[in-house]
Amino acid sequence: MKVLASYNIKGGVGKTAAAVNLAHLAAGGGQRVLLWDLDPQGAASYLLRIRPRVKGGGKALIKGTRPVDDAIKGTDFDRLDLLPSDFTYRNLDLVLDAAAKPARRIARLLAPLAAEYDLIVLDCPPGISLLSENVLRAAGTVLVPLIPTTLSVRTLDQLTEFIAGLPAPRPDVLAFFSMTDRRKRLHREITEKLPAQRSDVAVAVIPALSLIERMSTERAPVSAFAPRSAAARYYQALWTEVAERLG
Amino acid sequence: MVHAFSQELVLDGSTRPDPGDLLSALPPPLTWAPAARPRTVGRAWLDTFDWRLYRAGLTLELRTAAGRAELMLTCPDGARITAPAGRGRWPRLAGSLPPGELRERLGPVAGHRALIQVARGASTVREVRVLNDDHKTVAWLAIDQISVNQPEQADVPARLAVRAVRGYQTEAEQAVAALTGATTRRAPPVLAAVLAPAGQRPGCYSSKVDVRLTAGMPATTAVATVLLRLLDTFDANLDGTIRATDTEFLHDLRVSVRRTRSALKLAGDMLPPGLADRFQPEFKWLGDLTTPTRDMDVYLLGFDTMSAGLVAAAPEELLPFRGYLTRRRAAARRRLLRGLRSERLAALRQEWRAALTALTSSPRAGRARGAAAAAPAIGEFAAARIARAHRKVLKRGEAITPESPPERLHDLRKRCKELRYLLEFFASLHEPAPHQRVLRQLKGLQDCLGDLQDTQIQQHEIREAAAQMMKQPDTPATALLAMGEVAAGVAARERAARADFASRFADFAAAGTQRRVRALTGAAA
Ligand SMILES: Nc1ncnc2c1ncn2[C@@H]1O[C@H](COP(=O)(O)OP(=O)(O)OP(=O)(O)O)[C@@H](O)[C@H]1O
Ligand SMILES: [Mg+2]
Repeated sequence: MKVLASYNIKGGVGKTAAAVNLAHLAAGGGQRVLLWDLDPQGAASYLLRIRPRVKGGGKALIKGTRPVDDAIKGTDFDRLDLLPSDFTYRNLDLVLDAAAKPARRIARLLAPLAAEYDLIVLDCPPGISLLSENVLRAAGTVLVPLIPTTLSVRTLDQLTEFIAGLPAPRPDVLAFFSMTDRRKRLHREITEKLPAQRSDVAVAVIPALSLIERMSTERAPVSAFAPRSAAARYYQALWTEVAERLG
Repeated sequence: MVHAFSQELVLDGSTRPDPGDLLSALPPPLTWAPAARPRTVGRAWLDTFDWRLYRAGLTLELRTAAGRAELMLTCPDGARITAPAGRGRWPRLAGSLPPGELRERLGPVAGHRALIQVARGASTVREVRVLNDDHKTVAWLAIDQISVNQPEQADVPARLAVRAVRGYQTEAEQAVAALTGATTRRAPPVLAAVLAPAGQRPGCYSSKVDVRLTAGMPATTAVATVLLRLLDTFDANLDGTIRATDTEFLHDLRVSVRRTRSALKLAGDMLPPGLADRFQPEFKWLGDLTTPTRDMDVYLLGFDTMSAGLVAAAPEELLPFRGYLTRRRAAARRRLLRGLRSERLAALRQEWRAALTALTSSPRAGRARGAAAAAPAIGEFAAARIARAHRKVLKRGEAITPESPPERLHDLRKRCKELRYLLEFFASLHEPAPHQRVLRQLKGLQDCLGDLQDTQIQQHEIREAAAQMMKQPDTPATALLAMGEVAAGVAARERAARADFASRFADFAAAGTQRRVRALTGAAA
């Protein structure tokens, strides 16, 4: 079982869009996939038409007093399941902190799912918190959407440094450029230069496309409602690269 | 992925239901939407002629869609194994399937028996999503219309399968409740449903003499009933024997002949005068006709085990011997086919059936011809004959010493067989448990005697084969050496069987078994 986290300290960069689309593509390719919506905003749950509510309460789930199994919901797609968001996740750090080995809590909860799933995708809220530390320690690979700016390299370096400071085993980092715009010279320069220079930056990019925005009205992954679109092809290319990284 | 809830229903009276009608009773806010275009899949169900898969709780299906054929095996726990069907026409032996888990699971169950298509047809499946107020799929409804081509053309009642999406069991149950408002009932297994229009059911063939007799039945009627059942078994196996679908058709066919001959010998006096005498030579002819092919079959079926057991010779050194056996078998089969297609057999089957049917359909018919006037009830008759056969086995067995010549053991083997057949013919008159115990003990003895007989025949045949092969200039010496080693192995098995005899017989002759036989036969023993 591989664990892929979609994470960035920054908000609104395309973490959820990537998590939902890549999870759908992985399931379409035959893997058994569980997407865990860890964001109290519940964007991933919304996109999959599932109510942001954990059966028996999110707190009990994190504490381990309720089995994870009971809270899992099937999506409309073969092999893709969702662990929905819950409003109690607003105080997730408090719940985590109360547990034994607080930084390993999520990893512990995922372990028993190995028999049932080939891939777990974690969709995380932005920010640095006990939850993000948990996610970084549970994931084998961290997928980092970056908006192409002069500062994006710095954001990535900061994250890499933070991960280096964590105890082993540490996740592999793979960044990709999100919401790129080919009409902007800066975007073109950065998205062409960086992947050539750094192995932790994906060649595949996800341009800013209105079809991707439409996910929130269609309430489905782009590869489900527009499988032949350019947007679907971009996500497919990204998934191919990520899948290679996952091994 | 894990569907905690799923339920299959059939729709009475309707073979082509409309989803809108079916789901008109869905409680709000549930709604429905078609999921995809209807798909049509070619389906065939496979089993051995004697339903070994069905009896083992397995269902094997061949599904063909878009030119691709896939086998799907459903295990008793519901687990499914799929595999590409590979090339080859049906019937096929499990061993000829592409290697993999499915073949591994099937092989030991099917054994030497070929997989044949027991039913064929096509399914048109329409899938419908049941949606909640978020337009989220909470359950799937599959409407499966099966049209059957074989064994008989028919449309079977539509099958409805409701499957809950994980985490939405309540909604799925509501959908089922809405459906059960229509005239539905729990779906029978699909194979049973597709066989039903032809009046068949899975497991309907067995080589057992499963007739139901009652103790008070006139012996003439009962004996004729047993014989008629044996004739049915013969007829059922004739086509498969002629086509050589697998080797076991001939085996079952031969057993029915042997049983018939024993029944004529041991109970023929209950038939109208002259009837048994008239048919006995015919059945002897039939038995003799089938022996050479079966002997070669047995050899060839055991060939791999035999060559794997070689110590000195290499397995491939036996290939000339195999070639010899294969040619012999081909020649034997040609003679067999001539006999099976002959006028003589056609007449035998027809006249025999007519005679037996007359006796079973009206008990008086037998009496009118004079035999049954004095005939006892079958309970009494069976008890006396079983007791007599039992006494014979005991007497002959006790007389056997380590010095006895093989003919004595051969004779005892025949007496055991007679007892065995009598027990099988009249099984329905006995308590099942003690009957089974007696049969088991007898079988132990028979296996030992059968081994003795087989090993003697085989040694004779190896010598015969060697002599024949010597006459051919191209037979390598290594082949004869390897055959010598096989002969030595067979001789060792013969000695082992002989050494085993005393204890097997002692088991059978033990007081416990005797008591049980006496209980089966009442006072007669
Ligand atoms: N490539 C894209 N092109 C156009 N719109 C996009 C693209 N990616 C994401 N969006 C839109 O941008 C918004 C934010 O995207 P998303 O929710 O995926 O980001 P996020 O990083 O998960 O945000 P948050 O930090 O709030 O969780 C959404 O409305 C989404 O539809
Ligand atoms: Mg998000």
